[in-house]
Amino acid sequence: MKHKTEKPNIKAALTLATAALLGTSNIAQADTTSNPNTEESTWEFDSAFLFYSEVDRVSAAEAIFNATKTFADDEILNLKLTIDALTGASANGAVAQPNVQTFTRPSGKGQYTIAPGNTPLDDTFKDTRVQLNGQWTQPIAPNYTASGGVHISKEYDYLSLGINGNLAFDFDRKNSTFSAGFSFFQDTFTPEGGIPKPFSSMLIGDSSAPSWGDDFAETRIGSEDTKTTTDILLGFTQVINRRMITQFNYSYSMVDGYLTDPFKVISVVDGSSGFTQDYIYESRPDSRVKQSIYAQSLYHFDSTVLDVSYRYMWDDWEITSHTIDSRFRIPLGDTFGTESYLQPHFRFYQQSAAVFYQPFLIDGAALPSYVSADYRIGEMSTITVGLKYGLLVNNGHHLSFRLEYYRQTPTDAGFDAPGELKDVELYSTIDAIIAQVSYSF
Amino acid sequence: MTKNIKLVLFLPLVIGVTGCANLGVEPWERDLLAKDEMSLNAAPVDAALDDHIYFSKEASSGGKGFGGGGCGCN
Repeated sequence: MKHKTEKPNIKAALTLATAALLGTSNIAQADTTSNPNTEESTWEFDSAFLFYSEVDRVSAAEAIFNATKTFADDEILNLKLTIDALTGASANGAVAQPNVQTFTRPSGKGQYTIAPGNTPLDDTFKDTRVQLNGQWTQPIAPNYTASGGVHISKEYDYLSLGINGNLAFDFDRKNSTFSAGFSFFQDTFTPEGGIPKPFSSMLIGDSSAPSWGDDFAETRIGSEDTKTTTDILLGFTQVINRRMITQFNYSYSMVDGYLTDPFKVISVVDGSSGFTQDYIYESRPDSRVKQSIYAQSLYHFDSTVLDVSYRYMWDDWEITSHTIDSRFRIPLGDTFGTESYLQPHFRFYQQSAAVFYQPFLIDGAALPSYVSADYRIGEMSTITVGLKYGLLVNNGHHLSFRLEYYRQTPTDAGFDAPGELKDVELYSTIDAIIAQVSYSF
Repeated sequence: MTKNIKLVLFLPLVIGVTGCANLGVEPWERDLLAKDEMSLNAAPVDAALDDHIYFSKEASSGGKGFGGGGCGCN
């Protein structure tokens, strides 16, 4: 339970800032309002339910239950359970056509058709995921805070195991903090229907035919594959003055292994008519090195708080991206008989395409080494606008509601569409609603 | 371009490290900084949920924290 105290707890606030700097969102849960003289605080809980829904595409429901215990000597244990369920349709990578298109499901069991002019969506997406995180954070020497954590996430066709470690050093009256952290993930992907052979043609026909199983197997190279992700994160936090704090991060991320999406194909179209001749499975490089710099500032005006961040990311797939994220917290005082606030949110994101991204291939042209028509690695911008309303309820418990609108706008990176492709939508926008209820006690 | 952006972003960092005589506050001046809403990660649960959405829908991840692994989200 949170206890409201008259004076802010500086030590806990510093721990909080340090934990935030350490880079794992789930460790920044120090109890800022507990009495520093308390021998051992009780558990604190944060829960949230989120609903995400795209128009005509994917819907997801996600619940988080987060428990934090702050022990004497500022040791912090954080445990987090995340459960989500996904259902709906996802773009399979093929282009729209003026005629009906038939695709084989990733499992090889059955087919689905797409109406003329529509972006091909595979409507078989359905998955449930359970994730557990544990994080331990503690001071190890004056001005040094260490943290370590584990992660496990399991879906029907995916297993992810991860560890992380961080060290933070405070100096200049704890106004400045350097931190260094690493994380390592080992993921195993076991898609239903197996791993497709890159560049092989999608088998389409009578899936009840006796030879179907063998023919389908010809397009597969195995039942599972793995990837590893190693991240290094260096951070620096600086208190500027009584009203302002800033953070700067540099991160380096190496991903190795199976980075292809086994559910994605690319259309091979006729160079003059634009009619699809074939669908082939995509192929991505087996490594990716991403780097980013991140800067964030918080400024406390007389009563409002502005939180602005910027991230620049670049990688060896030649994707670059800019992200601006901002929140503005407006306290409403005791207008409704309780302490409450409104928080508008605005986010803008823009990315360039991966060097091997192509919305389609031309029949007869030489095949590239790698190719993907996944719009998520194509040129795109997105915006998010949202509003959060939070209020204190019984005993200082915190209740909040968040409603956001998210729009993805894929754009043409300069590909000439032949024939019929000029008349179909190659870069469909995607609209989504994000709704969330949170309760902390 | 990239180089310039990096320079602009890290200039404050360099200033912070080399000329921090005027930066920072005394312990008794942390009344505002100690508030929950002045935390660099004021809403970690919101952040975790958002990270999951954007990780699945965009080509970038991490930056504020670790961006790697975790799900086969589509």
